[in-house]
Amino acid sequence: MIDVLVIGGGNAALCAALTAREGGASVMLLESAPPEWRGGNSIHTRNIRCMHDAPQDVLEDAYPEEEFWQDLLKVTGGITDEHLARTVIRDSSFCRTWMRKHGVHFQPSLAGTLHLSRTNAFFMGGGKALVNAYYRSCERLGIAVRYNAPVDRLEVENGRFVAAWVNGERIAARACVLACGGFESNREWLREAWGQNERGEWPSDNFLIRGTRFNQGVLLKDMMAHGADIIGDPSQSHCVAIDARAPAYDGGICTRVDAVSLGVMVNRDAQRFYDEGEDFWPKRYAIWGRLVAQQPGQIGYCIIDSKAVGRFMPPVFPGVKANSLPELARGLGLPEEAFVATLNAYNAACRIGTFDHTVLDDCHTEGVTPAKTHWARPIDTGPFYGYALRPGITFTYLGLKSNDRAQVYFKGQPSDNLFAAGEISAGNVLGKGYTAGVGMTIGTAFGRIAGFQAAAAIQGRIVPAAYVVEGEHAVA
Amino acid sequence: MQSLDQLVRDASELATGRPVPMSPAETEVARQMQICNACRYCEGFCAVFPAMTRRLEFGAADIHYLANLCHNCGACLHACQYAPPHEFAVAVPQALAKVRADTYAQYAWPPAFGALYRKNGLTVALALSAALALFLVLAVASQGSLWHAPLAGNFYAVFPHNTLVAMFGSVFGLALLALGIGVARFWRDVQPAQEVPAPGAATEAARAALTLKYLDGGHGEGCHDEDDRATHARRRWHHFTFYGFMLCLASTSVATLYHYLLGWQAPYPVTSLPVILGTLGGIGLIVGPIGLMRLNLRRPALHGDRAQRPMDHAFIVLLLLVSVTGLALLVGRETGAMALLLAIHLGTVMALFITLPYGKFAHGMYRVAALLKFAIEKRQPNRLALGAD
Repeated sequence: MIDVLVIGGGNAALCAALTAREGGASVMLLESAPPEWRGGNSIHTRNIRCMHDAPQDVLEDAYPEEEFWQDLLKVTGGITDEHLARTVIRDSSFCRTWMRKHGVHFQPSLAGTLHLSRTNAFFMGGGKALVNAYYRSCERLGIAVRYNAPVDRLEVENGRFVAAWVNGERIAARACVLACGGFESNREWLREAWGQNERGEWPSDNFLIRGTRFNQGVLLKDMMAHGADIIGDPSQSHCVAIDARAPAYDGGICTRVDAVSLGVMVNRDAQRFYDEGEDFWPKRYAIWGRLVAQQPGQIGYCIIDSKAVGRFMPPVFPGVKANSLPELARGLGLPEEAFVATLNAYNAACRIGTFDHTVLDDCHTEGVTPAKTHWARPIDTGPFYGYALRPGITFTYLGLKSNDRAQVYFKGQPSDNLFAAGEISAGNVLGKGYTAGVGMTIGTAFGRIAGFQAAAAIQGRIVPAAYVVEGEHAVA
Repeated sequence: MQSLDQLVRDASELATGRPVPMSPAETEVARQMQICNACRYCEGFCAVFPAMTRRLEFGAADIHYLANLCHNCGACLHACQYAPPHEFAVAVPQALAKVRADTYAQYAWPPAFGALYRKNGLTVALALSAALALFLVLAVASQGSLWHAPLAGNFYAVFPHNTLVAMFGSVFGLALLALGIGVARFWRDVQPAQEVPAPGAATEAARAALTLKYLDGGHGEGCHDEDDRATHARRRWHHFTFYGFMLCLASTSVATLYHYLLGWQAPYPVTSLPVILGTLGGIGLIVGPIGLMRLNLRRPALHGDRAQRPMDHAFIVLLLLVSVTGLALLVGRETGAMALLLAIHLGTVMALFITLPYGKFAHGMYRVAALLKFAIEKRQPNRLALGAD
């Protein structure tokens, strides 16, 4: 019988498999996707948020534990667990040594991401390069990897994992790590979670999925049926406004449109609906998905003029271009009269000071609702560009309750051989919101913890709860 | 993606002020670069992506530059979240390779000879060297017997020195002239006159070329041969080939100096500088091309442009033939077969020289030019001020 069965094929699953193998266990990893789509949402990631007290290779300056914790507290609005969060944060201060050992390379922050050069270590080549390195390491260490192996259900007895069923085949193991993601790719479930709005629409039907199509939440449902303790709100997800022309799945990072704070956003009725200049774009991009989801037809239109060109990351799809505002309205299929009225009202309300996109400048509006509080300049210099945006779901927060040993809970009791890591349990730390690279921090920490604990569990060893996986440097 | 193609074309028209009818291969690069520029994960691998981030639009000249800057290491393909089967179908090494071959043809001089790049295959190379060798063999035979009493390695007894210099000097000179004009045309197209080369740019470009810096993957572990594993194989075999070639050139140059400056006539003893350089170079030119050929045959389709294999193979095999026949000549120069061996060796060398400007050899010249442009460009202030910073 296999010692440790890892279900999932992304970053957390790979970290768990490698760590369990290093702990002496025989390991099998089940990836539901075929090889060419392996790695789940991890292939779309690009960095990991890391605590450090002094400059470290690609990381500048310092990012102490307390600051990381405060950032996490802020973005989650307190929907987090301090003990688990600090466990994750501390792991991030040295996990990169282990990552390098398994072939991950780091690079300085990319052009256009200098704001992350202190806090986030970028993977050279991005998340798919990281995933490739980990699979190669799995191969080298003799971990059995099976592709096209979606698990339909688990056998669980008295809170203990017994076996997993894959396409009618029963795979038994002494311990199991669930690292198979959330349910964001499951259209039916999204529909159920988001429901029907007052306009009679099913908003989630218009959502795009930024990541893998394989996160169907099958085992999340199965674990609910087994009575596992669940955390999080199913209608919560990390939701970004992305180009409406993005593919239904796997559009990844390049479908974002970073021009919102340089122009205005209007809805299908050509009405503005939120302060586009509230704060710096990296701090605000994640609220626009939900804002657009609340608009009729779940669509929004980002409107800029030629003054904005070259001031934001180039978008993957070119905008609809026009030489006048009425022409742009026609090009975007918006009501022309209302559009021109909205833009004229906004333009007239602009109080131009000294435009500076690198600070919260004094360009703002007066007398329009909603106001635009920074970077407000009239949209008056053709050619004009418009981008249709839709909500794009990155991940969901609903998941399995777990502790600092990554154990799954059944009716308040931790399982002694079933563990969880990655998106399926990230909600314990990140109950709401997001900050760049923190998903990989959580996945790497709990992946390593789960693998370590699973290997220990099959040897009947009792491992102290809060510990650090660092080979011989393991500390309690 | 049809509309995207059109918009990209419009954009480049605007950028350059003139309509640029881009080829399908160029349009495909522009399409992929628009995706890459919105992602940028590959920035650490090589020079192509940092060069890309200095641009928002990709006109024909930009695309020609990027195509020749790419070393075809494959790192970005394996790391790409948008690689096939993703519908974005991003395969940068392949897209750039296709344009790269077109640039050789497009800038070729004389222009009418550009088409030769597409016809320069293994068959042509072998037929040409066989024909030239046969011609020389017959020339020797017509002077008397092909098999002769040992001449103690005196080549000039077979072909007079001045004849050899006139034949090979003029063909090699013409080859370099043709390539030089082609590269100059490329340079005029891609390099704006107002960008003044800063000190250090040329040194940096030379170092990048001589060390094959961009085959190290950015992390120092090398480039990709068959899959996502990085190795130093290509770099190693290319070094053997390139430095082998340079040693052979050095051998000939030293011998020329001996002849004209010091009045020392060939044959030179085995322990002389020309023979040592030539022997080492010849060994490099056997080991290197064999290694490169093995890698070339194993490379996955998405790593490059399969249509260029004939051109690659022709060059590799010609280099191998030159080195093998050269070493055979060294071994047999004391025997009665010297004239025959010499005729065969000179035939292959002549075939190599004739095909130089219209074959794979061109990649080195265009690559160095692109690396120099990169070194100049990166020292210029970046015009873009993208908001995220």
